[in-house]
Amino acid sequence: MNKYLTVSILVGALALSACTRPDRFGAGAGAGADGMGVGAGAGAGFDQAGIGQSGLGAGNPNSPEYFQQTIGDRVLFAVDQSTLSAEAMATLDGQAQWLQANSDYLAVIEGHADEQGTREYNVALGARRANAAREYLISRGVPANRLRTISYGKERPIATCSDPSCYAQNRRAVTVIAAGALS
Amino acid sequence: MLTRTIALLLAPLVAATVLPAPVTAQSGPLRITISEGVIEPLPFAVPMFQAETGGAEQIAADITRVVAQDLTGTGLFREIPASSFISTPASFASPVAYPDWRAINAQALITGAVAVNGNQLTVKFRLFDVFTGAELGEGLQFAGTTGGWRRMGHKVADAVYSRITGESGYFDSRVVFVAESGPKDNRARRLGIMDYDGENRQFLTDSNSLVLAPRFSPNGDRVLYTSYESGFPRISLLDVASVGRRQITTVEGEMAFSPRFSKDGSAVIYSVSTGGNTDIYRTDLGSGSHSRLTSAPSIETSPSLSPDGSRIVFESDRSGTQQLYVMSASGGEPQRISFGEGRYGSPVWSPRGDLIAFTKQNAGRFHIGVMRTDGSEERLLTSSFLDESPTWAPNGRVLMFTRETQGASGGPQIYSVDISGRNLKQVPTGGFASDPSWGPLQQ
Repeated sequence: MNKYLTVSILVGALALSACTRPDRFGAGAGAGADGMGVGAGAGAGFDQAGIGQSGLGAGNPNSPEYFQQTIGDRVLFAVDQSTLSAEAMATLDGQAQWLQANSDYLAVIEGHADEQGTREYNVALGARRANAAREYLISRGVPANRLRTISYGKERPIATCSDPSCYAQNRRAVTVIAAGALS
Repeated sequence: MLTRTIALLLAPLVAATVLPAPVTAQSGPLRITISEGVIEPLPFAVPMFQAETGGAEQIAADITRVVAQDLTGTGLFREIPASSFISTPASFASPVAYPDWRAINAQALITGAVAVNGNQLTVKFRLFDVFTGAELGEGLQFAGTTGGWRRMGHKVADAVYSRITGESGYFDSRVVFVAESGPKDNRARRLGIMDYDGENRQFLTDSNSLVLAPRFSPNGDRVLYTSYESGFPRISLLDVASVGRRQITTVEGEMAFSPRFSKDGSAVIYSVSTGGNTDIYRTDLGSGSHSRLTSAPSIETSPSLSPDGSRIVFESDRSGTQQLYVMSASGGEPQRISFGEGRYGSPVWSPRGDLIAFTKQNAGRFHIGVMRTDGSEERLLTSSFLDESPTWAPNGRVLMFTRETQGASGGPQIYSVDISGRNLKQVPTGGFASDPSWGPLQQ
């Protein structure tokens, strides 16, 4: 439990550490922003405050910023579903390769739902989505003990309108990279 | 703590001489049978309670307002304004001038008196059936501290409501809820507690971590809720008086949420997700022993116990969509009870045992509804963009629920509605609020 508490704190500090650790500096700010469809597009808009800070790191293929922005940190789901689409599997293939190449990192997969559902059911649905992504990453060779899941149900929307375009962005599983030693 | 003393206040001699016969709560015209539905609210008069000690005038006026607001707030009663009064009682012991009250068509008359000594507060009241010219029930006296003056008003209103409707009241009760603030994509949430009418609001937690769906214990002393304080969803138990809290050790799993108390408050029924599968478990708070109540590969969550503790209603998507099921409190094969169109969730068993309230999602709308415990006689009470999470008043006659408005600037508010579908209104919470849990009548 303490390990994961530490992890979640580190997640929040990632953007800052990217600026202060020389080995995270990459060449081109925003390189690869047109990368893998869904994940990259949503990722770039996801944290406006982080764009300026993380730009230097995003060009380094071994950086969490590269993972988030170029490989794509998220996959989307159909209404009330947790089945992975072909597009989602392609994104997760890229995530699996990165995680195997960067074995110092752990990942917490966050499952989310749109607002069109009851609160507790959506927590369970988010858990199902996070697990679907986790199982796929394991099937592609990522050690299970580097992958943890959490569900936020419908409590953490990234798109705030109440129409299908926003709901589609909110039905997601996001792989959040965290530095941390395995125990 | 409010102490309640019941005092038989001797009826004034003059009034006694005009009484044709003793009147009981079961006879006479002063009676509202709620299940028949009330179209025309019953008119009542409540002259400002007498201040029997110097300086008690303000608190007497305030308590009188609480009594009147509680009664009119039900939609079953209509207050006759004081400007219509022909006379007012000279003192609490004065004989009732029934003709003056009949002339303005007051069917019920409530008189009261307030005394303050230091921080000690005494409130007494009588209820009269104006058209039979008789006192309805005995006078009652409540004693407590001045800080609890609103509760004294609620106690008076509960007694009046109970005598006229034959149902127990619900005014002297509290609600725990989630207070929300900030933008939709970065909303802060913390537990709050308030009187049933939105007064005396206080926070029980800070807003540093996400909290979901609190539930009062059967006697209102503790609150169970889902907290992300550890970084992951876990079940927390909070003591209302001390605001101390601790995490409950549940069965192993990635997430634990959706906690409810057992009927005696000694155990927790909740959901755990493992490997994407969510099932319902029970953990004894004393011994820490666990038992598993469902074991299907689908989502089973939002349990609610029947008032006798023998059965659990919950939601499951084992059929492919969210539906309601009832099983024994010890687990076993559940029976599906919801068969209408759409999806059903967040079931809550009525404290009277006769109905189950639920959230229904159908054709792009959300509804709060009720059905009998076998699923028959479904009735939808509300309809909006997003209504969910009903909770019962302690007498099983009124529901509170969350209503969320749409769009980026939308947010949740708490509403109440009675089980006839009438008297829909917002509960004032001073900001966004969700997930009410209505506690018991206070002692």
